[in-house]
Amino acid sequence: MASGVKPRVKVPKKASAGEAITIKTLISHKMESGQRKDKSGNKIPRSIINRFTAEFNGQSVLDVTLEPAISTNPYFQFDATVPEAGDFKFTWYDDDGSVYEDSKSVAVS
Amino acid sequence: MKIKALTAIAALVAAPVAFAGGADDDKLVVNGEIEMVTKAKAPAHMENVDEVISGWHFRTDETQALQMDDFENQGMIFADQGLDAWNTVAGTEDKSCASCHGAPEDSMVGVRAVYPKWNDDAGEVRTMAMQINACRTENMGAEPLKYTSGAMANMEALIAMQSRGLPVNVAIDGPVAETWEKGKELYYTRTGQLELSCASCHEENYGNYIRADHLSQGQINGFPTYRLKNAKLNTVHARFKGCVRDTRAETFKPGGPEFIALELYVASRGNGLSVEGPSVRN
Repeated sequence: MASGVKPRVKVPKKASAGEAITIKTLISHKMESGQRKDKSGNKIPRSIINRFTAEFNGQSVLDVTLEPAISTNPYFQFDATVPEAGDFKFTWYDDDGSVYEDSKSVAVS
Repeated sequence: MKIKALTAIAALVAAPVAFAGGADDDKLVVNGEIEMVTKAKAPAHMENVDEVISGWHFRTDETQALQMDDFENQGMIFADQGLDAWNTVAGTEDKSCASCHGAPEDSMVGVRAVYPKWNDDAGEVRTMAMQINACRTENMGAEPLKYTSGAMANMEALIAMQSRGLPVNVAIDGPVAETWEKGKELYYTRTGQLELSCASCHEENYGNYIRADHLSQGQINGFPTYRLKNAKLNTVHARFKGCVRDTRAETFKPGGPEFIALELYVASRGNGLSVEGPSVRN
C-alpha cells in the first residue's frame, strides 16, 4: 500500500430535497506516473489511484477513471442532487489493489 | 474636452498599476471565520517601508482562494500528517509530543507567533524547528528531524495553524538583539554574481515582476508554505536557500547561524501581520 494515503470529503450535513449540493473530495496520494526514473536509472513503477466512485444510497453518482497524468493528491468537486436523506459513499481504487473508502450522511429538511 | 483629457490621464496612470501586479485589496478570511490581518503599519524598526503586506496579496485570485478554505488548502494534508506524527511515540523515552503537550489546539496556540525567540536554558536564539528538535532529542530520546525535511515542515504546519489569525510578535531586544542585528546586516548584504540583497527585491521592488512572477515583500508569516510549483510544504530556510541561490551565490546552510539570524530579522519585519501558516503560494 502506498504510504500516507488519506481520503478527505466535504459534504454539507443538511440539504433540502431535490437540492443540488457541492461535494468536495481529496485523497492524499503520490500518483507516481510510471514515467520517471530513479537516481540509478531504473523506472519507478506506476502507482496511482485509477478509479474513483461516488454512490448515494447504493445508486451510482459518479464513476471516474484516472490516468497517470493526473497530479498528486487528486481533488474532485462535483454537484449532486439529493432527492432524500441518505448516505454518500466514496471509494478510491489504488493500482496496488488497495481500496479506500469514506462515507457521509446528508439529512434532508 | 477637459473631462476627456482627465480621463486619458487617469487611464495612463491606471495602466502601469494594472501591469505592475502589486498588492491587491482583497480580504483574507479563512473558512469564513478566521480574519487575517494581511496589511499593517510597518514595525518601528523598519526604516524604508511604511506598510507590511502579506505575500497573499501578491497572488492571483485563484491561488488566494485556495488559502481561504482549509479543504482546498493542500497544506492541510501535511498538517494532518504532522498530527499523526504528533501522536506517534518515538525515541527511548517512550513518549510522543502528545504525552507532554496534549492536544496541539490547546497547547500550541500562539507559539508560531513569537518564534524565533531566546531560550534561557540553552543560551541561544531558537527557531521553532530547533525547539522541535531539542524536544525530540532531550525529552523524547528520538532522532532529530532534518531541518528542512517534509517531517519537519509537517510538524511546523501543525503548530503554526494553531496560531492562525494571531499577530506575529517577535521580540527584537534584550538577549536576541545581537542576533537580530546580524540578521539585519545579512538582509542588506548583496550576495552572488547578481549582487542582490534581500532588500534589492523584497524592499525596493515588491509588486514588480521578476521572472514572470510578482515580487512580494518576502514576509514569512505564512510559513511553512504550500507551493503549487512543487506540491509540497516549504520551510523558511529552504526558501532562504533558494533565494540566495538565485543570486548565484554559495548559500548558507539551512539551520546554520546565518539563516537563524536572518529568520529572526525577517520574522520581525512581519510583526503585526497575522500568522497564516500553512499558506498557499505559487
